[in-house]
Formats: sequence, structure tokens, C-alpha cells
Amino acid sequence: MTHEDLIVNENIVLRMESVHKKFPGVKALDEIDFDLREGEIHALVGENGAGKSTLMNILSGVYPYDSGKMILYEKEVSFRDAHEALENGISMIHQELALAPLVSVAENIFIGRLEKSKFGFVNLKRVSAECKALLEKFDIYDIDPNEEVGRLSVSQMQLIEIVKAISRNNKILIMDEPTAALSQVETNKLLERICRMRDEGYSIVYISHRLDEIMKVADRVTVLRDGKLIKTEQINNITVHEIVSLMVGRLFEETFSRESVSTEEAVLEAREIGSCKIHDVTFELKRGEVLGVTGLVGSGRSELLETLFGKYPIEHGDLRVRGEKVKITSPNDAITVGIGLVPEGRKIQGLYLIRTVKENISSVRLQKSNFFVNETGEKESVLDMIARLNVKTPSIDQEVNYLSGGNQQKTIIARWLLNNPDILLLDEPTHGVDVGAKQEIYQIIDTLAREGVSIILVSSELPEILMVCDRVIVMHDYTINCILPKEDLTQEIIMQHASNLEGGASSLS
Amino acid sequence: MDIHTENGRVNYLKRFFSMREFGVLIALIILCVLLAIASPYFLKVTNLFNVLRQLSLITILAVGQCLIIILGRLDLSIGTVMCLMGVIAAQLSLLGMPAIVILVVVLLCGMGMGAVNGVLVTKFGVNAFIVTLGTQYIARSLALLITGGMPTKFSNGLNMLGSGYVGPVPISVIVMAGVIAVGAVITKKTLIGRNIFIVGSNEKAAKLSGIRSSRLVFFSFVFMGFLCGIAGIILAGTLKSADPTSGLGYELEAIAAVIIGGTSLTGGRGTILGVVIGAALMGVLKNGFVLLGITAYWQTFVLGAVIIAAVLIDSLKNRNDA
Repeated sequence: MTHEDLIVNENIVLRMESVHKKFPGVKALDEIDFDLREGEIHALVGENGAGKSTLMNILSGVYPYDSGKMILYEKEVSFRDAHEALENGISMIHQELALAPLVSVAENIFIGRLEKSKFGFVNLKRVSAECKALLEKFDIYDIDPNEEVGRLSVSQMQLIEIVKAISRNNKILIMDEPTAALSQVETNKLLERICRMRDEGYSIVYISHRLDEIMKVADRVTVLRDGKLIKTEQINNITVHEIVSLMVGRLFEETFSRESVSTEEAVLEAREIGSCKIHDVTFELKRGEVLGVTGLVGSGRSELLETLFGKYPIEHGDLRVRGEKVKITSPNDAITVGIGLVPEGRKIQGLYLIRTVKENISSVRLQKSNFFVNETGEKESVLDMIARLNVKTPSIDQEVNYLSGGNQQKTIIARWLLNNPDILLLDEPTHGVDVGAKQEIYQIIDTLAREGVSIILVSSELPEILMVCDRVIVMHDYTINCILPKEDLTQEIIMQHASNLEGGASSLS
Repeated sequence: MDIHTENGRVNYLKRFFSMREFGVLIALIILCVLLAIASPYFLKVTNLFNVLRQLSLITILAVGQCLIIILGRLDLSIGTVMCLMGVIAAQLSLLGMPAIVILVVVLLCGMGMGAVNGVLVTKFGVNAFIVTLGTQYIARSLALLITGGMPTKFSNGLNMLGSGYVGPVPISVIVMAGVIAVGAVITKKTLIGRNIFIVGSNEKAAKLSGIRSSRLVFFSFVFMGFLCGIAGIILAGTLKSADPTSGLGYELEAIAAVIIGGTSLTGGRGTILGVVIGAALMGVLKNGFVLLGITAYWQTFVLGAVIIAAVLIDSLKNRNDA
């Protein structure tokens, strides 16, 4: 689809001229020229650390810039803070949802500018009515303005974030990975909405790691690398392959492929297991197999892994590891039988952010040690693991906080490998990880499988599932809907099963 | 933030300067130099040991508090529990019990109080701040009930812990040194110590690494209770009498020493070395006021300013890092 004809107006609403930004010790923005037209979606791509966040934080007033010019509606501006940017018509939609979970949808949307009466009271009924009207404007009928935000699904929260940003009548929106937490169906819906907004005259800076989305919706794309603007191009004049090459600065092998090394030996056998989260799950995992798990948001993908790992104790059913019946009621039980989990949301559930790389990697293995820690042994094994997984860090005493997303993820994988697991559960291991690191993680998965480790990979990115996995479990409504062999599998087939053949009707469930 | 260079020596030097304790250590040294110039009495051996003796109670309590704070918790009961332990020691001495029995019983009582805090925090998931506020009141009440509100004579030989000397060195200072050493070994060398930092920095992730965080929290409260027992005997021993109204505010001074020493109140970061430096800074400051004959009313003012300054410097540093 082309959008060329839709851009009637080439008015530039926002322009940056040789903007420069320096941080002590952190990569700077170097002479950036960037512009945004009225009614366009301008995609911003680059690997982690390329300067995307810095650029967008300058646009939205979070950081001041050192030199250069920023021109908004023909006027030179320099924001003191995010509030000033908001007042001047620029809204930012953050990747981390910044909603108050215990407060209603309506209050969240109008937060900070609730209309007060003479006595300083807020008329919540009116706020709620206004909110309803606003939601309906965006064809959102299934969200009650009085509902607590914490009870909504992640995708609904994402929509609320967007509605909140738009409700200020700001015409310039900056979206940071708005689809990161969404399933394919939800993503498509959101992208449709974003396109419609563009047609209504909104100007959108769209940041995403998902290049296929960008190819679908963007009008222009700007590639950043190492703080420099590498290229701005009409989307019709560029291919995904070219974008990736510009991002990594070299020609790039676009796809990954691996051959199945799955054996016949069943390492894990689940028969109708259930926990407080999932029910009636039956499947087998072979030695050396990479088993994919996918499904819509809220289908129970993560919960399946978390149940196997003992975060939610298994209440019924029969679970066997290497043929022997096991009872897993805590992560400790799971670790004892040789299971490891790289959880979703590495900063929340995975990393000890303010501790060192060494401590992060050794934390599981160390539990087997005696009262005193053998520090030389620890150091050796950690260094060994860093070399094996190519974790880029200035030293093992570096706080893990300062590593890039991909290296942080490899740190968590290293933590488990040090414990020699038989079964490794990976929950969205490539989320928010740049293209290069993604390939490295696929490579690690392949190597592990060859070494006889069995892997269950949860992912919402279907291309990833298709590239890496030997078989695919599709989840629906907290149980397994079907298990599909790799042969002749396509994204469409998976999607049909994921939405339980109802054609995506349950996308927001 | 990269403190590592190709040159190993620069590396260590840089590392030393970038330590969170470094600023406080400099402040402590400057203060000592100024005091040594202002008062010829400051550097006298008797005065220095006097300073150490006075800060021994706070330091002993602060070592335990440090572990609890690294775990992201707080113990407000320690000053009063210490007092209660002194009262129990004195009561037992009135019954004519031998020193070793008193010592064991008091330490067990202290650990028991710690265990109560620990169980309430871990098993019932009550906020540690609230739990220990409650046990603080209860401990005070017990001390008053046991004694009828009157100070009790503590005449057992065990009072040497508070008032005895080995040569010029007060025994309480030797005990303090022992506690510091134990604290340092726990945090630096043991699995428990490693896990304390890990749980303090991200409890969710720690659980998924198979670390039983509640056991650690329980342990740290019991260890704290043990230290309260030691401190209680020293407190009663110093005056050879146990006052059921004593010990007020010690919990806050212990927290202050921990915070001044660079331990993060949100958990996951901190060192025993920092605690020692923090406690020493507070002790020397107090001594300085006495030596220079400045009214004690200014003492708390300056202490307050030091606490705020220490935290301020820390948060400014963090902002630069971000």
C-alpha cells in the first residue's frame, strides 16, 4: 500500500537543524537534521544506543539540546521540560506505560488537568462522560471510563495511553514502540488506527524495532546509528534489507534458518497439568527440540512457562522430567530438576540492575555453593560464560544497568547456562533487543539445541517462531489450542488457531 | 561510569575514588584534622578510645540495620529491644544467675524478638516499618512492666562488657570490632551476603533465581535481635544499671549511620565499611562539640545537616549517572 497520494500537504510542522547533544560518557547526538511533515508517519529506527531515545527525549522536552535549532510551526523553540513540550503541541507516548493503575480510565486520561469547580472539587461524572465521548471518537466501545486501569489488558492500556496523548488536541505525537506489548491482531488494529490518525492530519514520529510494521505504515523512515543520522528516505524507495544494513552499518544477512536437531527422547512430558493460571495442558518436549509457544496477549503463553517453572504451583495433572514423575511447586523445584527460565520483562523479573554483571550471571549457580563463596571459581566461570555468549561489557564488575538490552538479555541466559540446564524456558527473549543481538540469541538457541538442551520459546513475533522453532504450540484461553509441526506452517495458519478460528474477534480479550 | 582502564593501578585508584563511601571518608578525615588543630585533647589516646566507646552501641546496631536496609526493609524496634535486653540482663543478675547463663538467655531473647519481627514480615507480609513500630511499643511496655518503671541494678560480672577495659581499650570497642568483622565477612564472603544484595536489588528476580528471600529477611531480623542482645548488655553494663526508659532514638541514629555510609534506603546497595565510616563521623562530631564546648543543642542540628548532605550528594551523583 502506498500513502504517497495521501500526503496532500507537505507543510513541515517540526524541524531540527544540526541538533547536537552530549552526555558524560554516553553517545551523543551528532548534527541531526530531522523534520516532520503535517499528516505523515515518520519512522525512526536504529539499534539500541543509536540515539533514538535521546532524539525523542529532546523532541518531547525531557532533555535540552546543546546546540542547533528546533523549529516548531515556524517558531524556534527550546523546551525546559516535558510539560512545556506538551503545552506546545507535542505529546509523547512512552514505551513503559505511565498510567496510574488504581485510578479510573477517565481520570487517567484527564490526569493533571481535571476541571475543578468553584470549591476545588472535581466532577467525576462529567469527566467520565467526556471520556466516553473521546473513546467513542476512536471507536473504542469495550472500555468503561470508570474501570480501574489496572484491570485492563496491556493492549487496552496502550490504547488509553494513545487516547490520553491525543486528548490534549496535540497534533504531533511521538510513539515509542507502541506495539511492543501487543499480539499480531492487536498490532494490526492499532496500526490501522494510527494510519487513520495520519489521514486526519496528525504528525507522528514512530519508533519501532519491528521493521515490517514500519514498511506497512510509515511514509518516511530515518535511520540513526551511533548518534548520527545515516539516512532519511521515502518508504517506497527503500527495502527492509536496506534499512537493516543502514542500521548495523554493514550488509546484513536478513533471515536466520536452522535445522531441527530434535531427537525422539522426551525430556519433559506434561499430561493435563493445571495451575491457578492454566488448565489441561498436554505436550511433550524432546531432547534438542526448540518448541515455540505463541498466542494472543492473555492466552496464557507466559503463564504456561511460569507454571512449568513453579511460579504458579502445579495443582493437578502429571509432569515427567526425563521419564520421572516430578512435583514442581516452586522455582527451586524446577531448578533442581534442571529447568531454567529467562522471564519476560528482563528489567522487572530478570536483572539485578544495580548489581554487577558477575553477580547477575552467578546468582543461580552460586546457590549450590557452601556457606562461603568461592570467588576465584566464580570469576573464572563467569568470564568463560561471557566469552561463550559474547556479552559485551567493559568488565564483569560493571553494573548490569549500563549494558545494552541485548547484552543484558545474554547476561540472563548466561545465568542459566552456568547451571547446565536440561530444559531452558525463554519468554520473549528478543523483546527490545536490536537486530544484531537478536541474531546472536537465535544462534545461542541453535547451539544449545545441538548440545542437547531442550528449549521452549515464547514469542509474539511469528517470523521469529517460524525461523527458530521445530514445532509450535498455539495457546488460547489459558490452554493449548493445538500443536503445529513446522512443515508448511505460515503466520496465517498460526493466527487462525490463535484466534480460535474466529478471525481475530477475540483480539482484545 | 566506566572505571576500568587498561592500566590496573589507575583502575584501582579510580575505583577507590568512585566508591560511595569516599566522600564521607574525606569528610571524616577533614573533621578529624580540624578537631586535632582546634583541640589538643582530641588526639589523646584516652579521648580516641572514649569516642570509640561512645559510638560502639550505634555501630553494633547499625551493622544489623545495614543488612536489613540492603534487603529493602527497616527495623524501628532496635533501640527499645536493646533496652529491654538490658532490663532482662539486670533482672537475671538480681536472681544471682551466673554470667554465662545471663549472656545466653539475653541473646536468645534478642533473637526471639527478632524472630517475631521476621515472622510477621515474611509469613504475614506486613510492612516491616509497621511491624517494628509495633514491636517497639510492645518492647518498651515490657521493659516498664518488668521493672515497674524504675532502673534496676546490674551487678553481674557481665557488666564488664560495658564498663571494662583491656589495657587502654574498652571491652565494648573490642566487641564492636568483632561485630564489624562478622558483618563484613557476611556481606563480602558468604552466600547469605550475596543473596542479601540480590534480593535487595530485585526480589522478584531473586525468587525466579531460586533464592528464598523470606528466609534471608527472617535471618536478618534474627541477627538484628542477636545484636540488640549484645548492645543491651553493653548499655546496662556501662552504667551498671538498666533503665527501662533508655535506648530511645538509637534506631534512628543507627539508620542515620547506615545512610550516611552510602547504603541505599531502597535496598540492594551498601557496605559495612560505609556503616563504620558513617558511625565514626557521627561519633567524632559529637566528641567535637564536647571538646569545643559548644552547646549540645547545636549537635543535633549539625547531625541533621550531615544526614541531608550525605543523601543529597548521593542523589546528585545518581542523577549524573542517569
